[in-house]
Amino acid sequence: MAAVMRFVNRSSFGSRMGHQCLSLSRPAVVAKLVQDGASAGKTLPERVKIVEVGPRDGLQNEKMADQVEVMMGIHRRPGVSYPVLTPNLKGFLAAVKAGAAEVAIFGAASELFSKKNINCSVDESLQRFEEVTKAAKEAGVPVRGYVSCVLGCPYEGKVSPDKVAQVAKRLYSMGCYEISLGDTIGVGTPGGMTEMLQAVSREVPVNALAVHCHDTYGQALANILIALQMGISVVDSSVAGLGGCPYAQGASGNVATEDVVYMLHGLGIQTGVDLPKLMDAGAFICRSLNKKTSSKVAQATCKL
Amino acid sequence: MGNFPTTVKHCLSYEELIQDYPWLARWLQEEKRALTHEYPEYVKIVEVGPRDGLQNEKEMVPTGVKIQLIDMLSETGLPVIEATSFVSSKWVPQMADHTEVLQAIHRSSHVRYPVLTPNMHGFQDAVAAGATEVAVFGSASETFSRKNINCSIDESILRFEEVICTAKQRQIPVRGYVSCALGCPYEGPIESTKVAEVVKRLYELGCYEVSLGDTIGVGTPGSMAKMLHSVMKEVPSSALAVHCHDTYGQALANILTALQMGICTVDSSVAGLGGCPYAQGASGNVSTEDVLYMLHGMGIKTGVDLSKVIEAGDFICKALNRKTNSKVAQARGDYSVHCRMKKINT
Repeated sequence: MAAVMRFVNRSSFGSRMGHQCLSLSRPAVVAKLVQDGASAGKTLPERVKIVEVGPRDGLQNEKMADQVEVMMGIHRRPGVSYPVLTPNLKGFLAAVKAGAAEVAIFGAASELFSKKNINCSVDESLQRFEEVTKAAKEAGVPVRGYVSCVLGCPYEGKVSPDKVAQVAKRLYSMGCYEISLGDTIGVGTPGGMTEMLQAVSREVPVNALAVHCHDTYGQALANILIALQMGISVVDSSVAGLGGCPYAQGASGNVATEDVVYMLHGLGIQTGVDLPKLMDAGAFICRSLNKKTSSKVAQATCKL
Repeated sequence: MGNFPTTVKHCLSYEELIQDYPWLARWLQEEKRALTHEYPEYVKIVEVGPRDGLQNEKEMVPTGVKIQLIDMLSETGLPVIEATSFVSSKWVPQMADHTEVLQAIHRSSHVRYPVLTPNMHGFQDAVAAGATEVAVFGSASETFSRKNINCSIDESILRFEEVICTAKQRQIPVRGYVSCALGCPYEGPIESTKVAEVVKRLYELGCYEVSLGDTIGVGTPGSMAKMLHSVMKEVPSSALAVHCHDTYGQALANILTALQMGICTVDSSVAGLGGCPYAQGASGNVSTEDVLYMLHGMGIKTGVDLSKVIEAGDFICKALNRKTNSKVAQARGDYSVHCRMKKINT
């Protein structure tokens, strides 16, 4: 089962602002830039791209030894992208051999988390990723970057927004077309999300950013709303909220795609996603795993 | 600097740019102010667990348990705790012990204990039992009004007028509630102008505050903003509260929207007590713990000690033999994570 849905969307002010970059020395023009930016920032995006991470981030705690089988077995729909995680060059080569047309690399904004999770420092991990992005560029394979612990780390606690910005900037300059900012343990709140996005968007264009919020403390939808208000238009989520939080016993993890889509559609934002079909997919995987959905929308059976 | 030209950002880092163009920092501060929201410095939490939460429990909750819950909540810093409901026990048997509860709880001088009074009969009983604040419960949906309290909206307001008049004479403050503010289980979507009409009537009759209830939790930030926009044309934001249900997981996002629009009173229920009787298996009230976590994380003061609310939530869940609906309470199982989280969010 692999149901990643992808729609191209561009930030409403990205291209509009581009041609004004030459007049930096003129305060009046910069003032207009600021004013345009301010009014653009207050509106929500018309379209949001949903990156469905359920099959990977959700199921990875179940069993992942069958990745080649899955890649070769799924029916790939045109217009849908099926990225796969490749932590190093070896993984990348195996993925391409299995037919992967897009890959993802996973960095961290916390040194301790990097050491405990992938057994090397942040710098060392970025060096490994550089090998992947180089090879991917030569092969014409797009690469998506992830930064974890952007709003807090289970080992270090508070994480500096500037550190997040640094790591995001390096991944972006290596060639990642998009950077997904992960609140790995779901501790973030709208205040921290705002601060972090302000720091990151100084270094990486906002239309190349995504948010990957965990709902461990119930804050995900509020954090996503703030991100949308700040110009982010790509959101990661997991069908049925698959994927618990390994750092907090009994706690939830990924935000449920159904709940995100419900909010976006209620806001009049287009996603291209068919919510009833998504709920069917969620019901299917929960039956297969014999577990209850983490999606509140799926749990509610109100006739409204 | 989120809106700075992308080509510039590709060439330079923010620090380098500020070095070369020091006057830019001032312009960018203005941008930051325009992009960030103003939030209230303080939010009043109205704890509705003992009434709205417990009245929906299938099993009868022992009176002693209710009293202990309210006493625990009184120690948390919560400024308002809705203690019980003086509704006929024929309709709400779970609240039949209202007099006993109100008389037995230890009333803190820092806390207000409003009680629900649907009509004069309930009001008189409440006052006789020692109530010093009451609440009346209207609806923005005709069908919901008829099915819930067996009369039209107009008829219900006439009943409340009697209560509010008498309460005024006795200097007892009255809080109003309007249910189905964002949708009705029978009528579907509700016009925001209709909500505004009912709120305005309750406010003009004398309610010091009107709480806007998303009774079935179907609202999203879009519909919340639209509804508040209409209501705030008629009633000042300082006299409004939001009462969000989390049935579709939208409560915190809706509360955030309300705060951005100037609302600074939020209703919530410890442990998310109180399911949604209109949607099988669904959750109902937003949990106080999750609301506090968000507010404190944003630097908004509430005066409430989150860890004490979690303890009260643990107590009532053990007593009811049920799992908490609060994600914060569920997450704090790992103690070492919890300690670090305290560092992040204090």
